[in-house]
Amino acid sequence: MNSQSEQTGLSSPAVVLPSWTKVWLMRLAYSVLPLLIALAITGSLLLMMGVNPLKYYAYIVRKGLFTPSGLAATLTRMGPLLLIAASLIVAFRAGLWNLGGDGQFLLGAVTSSALAPALIGWGVPVWLTLLLAMLAAVVVGAIWALLPGLLKAWQNINEIITTMMMSFLGISLANVLVKLVFCDPNTTVPQTRTLPWEDRLPALFGSNISSGLLIGLVAILAVHWMMTRSAFGLQLRVVGANPQAAIHAGIPVSLLTLAVFALSAALAGLGGAVEIMGVQGNVRADWNPAYGLVVVPLVFLARFNGFGTIAFVFLFSMLSIGSESAARRMDIPNHFTLVTVAVLMLVLGLTECVEQRQRQKKG
Amino acid sequence: MSDIAPVLSVKQITKRFPGIVANDQVDFALWPGEVHVLLGENGAGKSTLVSMLAGLLQPDEGSITLAGEQQSIHSPQRALDLGIGTVFQHSMMVPSLSVVDNFVLGERWWKRPPRARFAQEIARVSKEIGVQVNPYATAGSLSLGEQQQAEIVRTLLRGSRVLILDEATAMLTPQNASELGQLMRRLVAQGLAVVFITHKLNEALDWGDRISVLRLGRKVGEITPDSLRALSREEATRRVVQLMFNLDAAQSREAEHRERSSSCQHDASPVLEIHALEVNDALMPVSRIELRIRPGEIIGVAGIDGNGQKQLAEAIAGQRPLSSGRIWLDGTSIESDSIGERRRRGLRYVTDNRLGEGTVGTFPVATNLLLKQIGDPPFWRNGIEQTAAIAEWSRVRIREYDIRVPQTDTPIGKLSGGNIQKAVLARELGGTPRAVIFSKPTYGLDLQNIRSTRRRIRETAESGSAVMLISTDLEEILELADRIAVMSQGQIVGVVENDPRARSRVGELMSGVH
Repeated sequence: MNSQSEQTGLSSPAVVLPSWTKVWLMRLAYSVLPLLIALAITGSLLLMMGVNPLKYYAYIVRKGLFTPSGLAATLTRMGPLLLIAASLIVAFRAGLWNLGGDGQFLLGAVTSSALAPALIGWGVPVWLTLLLAMLAAVVVGAIWALLPGLLKAWQNINEIITTMMMSFLGISLANVLVKLVFCDPNTTVPQTRTLPWEDRLPALFGSNISSGLLIGLVAILAVHWMMTRSAFGLQLRVVGANPQAAIHAGIPVSLLTLAVFALSAALAGLGGAVEIMGVQGNVRADWNPAYGLVVVPLVFLARFNGFGTIAFVFLFSMLSIGSESAARRMDIPNHFTLVTVAVLMLVLGLTECVEQRQRQKKG
Repeated sequence: MSDIAPVLSVKQITKRFPGIVANDQVDFALWPGEVHVLLGENGAGKSTLVSMLAGLLQPDEGSITLAGEQQSIHSPQRALDLGIGTVFQHSMMVPSLSVVDNFVLGERWWKRPPRARFAQEIARVSKEIGVQVNPYATAGSLSLGEQQQAEIVRTLLRGSRVLILDEATAMLTPQNASELGQLMRRLVAQGLAVVFITHKLNEALDWGDRISVLRLGRKVGEITPDSLRALSREEATRRVVQLMFNLDAAQSREAEHRERSSSCQHDASPVLEIHALEVNDALMPVSRIELRIRPGEIIGVAGIDGNGQKQLAEAIAGQRPLSSGRIWLDGTSIESDSIGERRRRGLRYVTDNRLGEGTVGTFPVATNLLLKQIGDPPFWRNGIEQTAAIAEWSRVRIREYDIRVPQTDTPIGKLSGGNIQKAVLARELGGTPRAVIFSKPTYGLDLQNIRSTRRRIRETAESGSAVMLISTDLEEILELADRIAVMSQGQIVGVVENDPRARSRVGELMSGVH
């Protein structure tokens, strides 16, 4: 993976590339061109469906970006997505494929939605309630990754399988908890008690943007910093890039594996809490936004880089908010966003191939 | 037998690889009804020669003649078509398939596999050559010896008249090896010709009709069947050892070469002490290791590759659990310490697997120089990277060890093997090493880097460290070591002083002649 070879702040300042503007232009071309190609492909798909692609994308951008409520929704949705992205970056950089984000996310969501109204009911102040509920979600998320973590660390059992299985169990358990244990007795709909508006995560600067965005941004920047600048992050990257070298260097691989699973799942659980206490207010039975897997391609596109991830999450968030409106207006299913992302990823993959071949020719 | 024409003959064949001549004008002939043994140390060129016969490599010069006609063996398939079958040290069968399914793999894919016909054929050929092969057993469930028997049956089914056994006995138990030997005798009795490659002198003398010895890519001698029969066992052994290890030349050379300086502090108590060490391993269990290395002393561990050297080194470094035994470093027992603790106590392990485990290829040179010190001050403070300290450290190390690198942030995987080895040495020999294990430290390097690496090893000993030098290159060990331990089958079969007689003593121990 390319991301592993990135700077660790060690580049010597004495060497300045004489034509760095050219390098940057090339880099820009390599990132903008694939986007245009991908849009052309999805555009022709839309044409085949009898929809004017220009109109469609213009509508999406307007709804997701240029209306006040759309922009607020886009930025609010970024919060939980960024937390899941942070969760994935921690794991993926260490070479551990935690694909159980959905289960961890939902259990975190249910935990916080059960705890927060109860705490408010006991007269606990709002700020403490929110903090405790998030903490509980973090702990529950981490516990849900304990089993895959132990199996990986001790028996080297493939974590892709175990985290996904635990995810199915987690989704079901979350449902059971909502229907049987934390069900709100005051409604006939199976859902948890609703957190009143005034007790939720505060909005930012008098807008409608949830402060979940801030939590997400802090989390992803912290993870990015940890991975690139701290000894812990470097150890994780060594494990990810060459596990045998990690053992040879005396890095405690088993212990780090457990830490990675705990940290990754904790962030996913926190994502669930932020979604509940910032947006939803309660968990309805069978509710599952399935953010976990849609974020996977985004962090890959960003090559596990924190800043790149913020950009891609923003793009995706805008596309998905916009396409939800477009689905209603233009009769294009909002899953078309996923098609756009998928095509973009394929095109970027191909450009990377081309780029590498050119570099080899030069070298 | 000399009136019969050879079934296969190789004339003046030469094969070059970047930096070395693997085969230098080698002549080789194979007669029907003969087991022709190829003997030689690692790197002598045996594998290169048979790879050209098996169609895996193409010769640069020279010719190969089969049954009187000059042939070009451009692919393994071509070799099979010409009747040359090869059985390697490791099984080439798909372990999850049955023996008969492995046999039918080459058939047309759209046809129903003719299992019954093949099973019949297997039974017939097995009976002819006197082995038992169950065609419906899963290949992976068979022992290595049985898998090789099955592979020999396969080559015979394909009509091979020449059978190459490339170090086929290296991984076998003595029992299975002697079964294979008897099978070879039965095969040549039926008129086949067998090329048998081995490191073990005993096997060569037991089953061979004719023995060719390669050294450094050249054929240095051949013992014909007539003279082999005429020689007594001891005489034959002496003759072969002489050829393999170049004793005639060495004796005169060693007389003038005696200025090898030793820094061994004979009166000091040992730095590294190993007692009754045992390691479990499926491939090569290690047992009954006793070693004491004094400060400044270099102990060479000689032996043919794969006789437990790697297992021993990893066990000492802490990468592999001991099943029993003790290790002391400076009088402190370290066998329950972690890898990191052993390093902090001054134990260093220069691995031979430079890119596989020694370094992270995609990471910068600077990071790789500190790979075993992640988190330690002054390079990290409170767990945070100190860019300036790291850059300064790597700059000094890069200069001191003359690592040729475009920038400190160049990924280490892009450097040449010699420069990667320099970086590994810079990492392992920094600070105050007490005991250093070098595992095949010059393997795959060019002459200049070999020289500089050997100088580092000598300097390490001179600074008072105990040095364990594992190498398959006997010249290297004779040049550097104070004492030489010979490993065979996971045990140290003998320790000899590095005196003028060392070469022949080590050669005998390595060849399994005690």
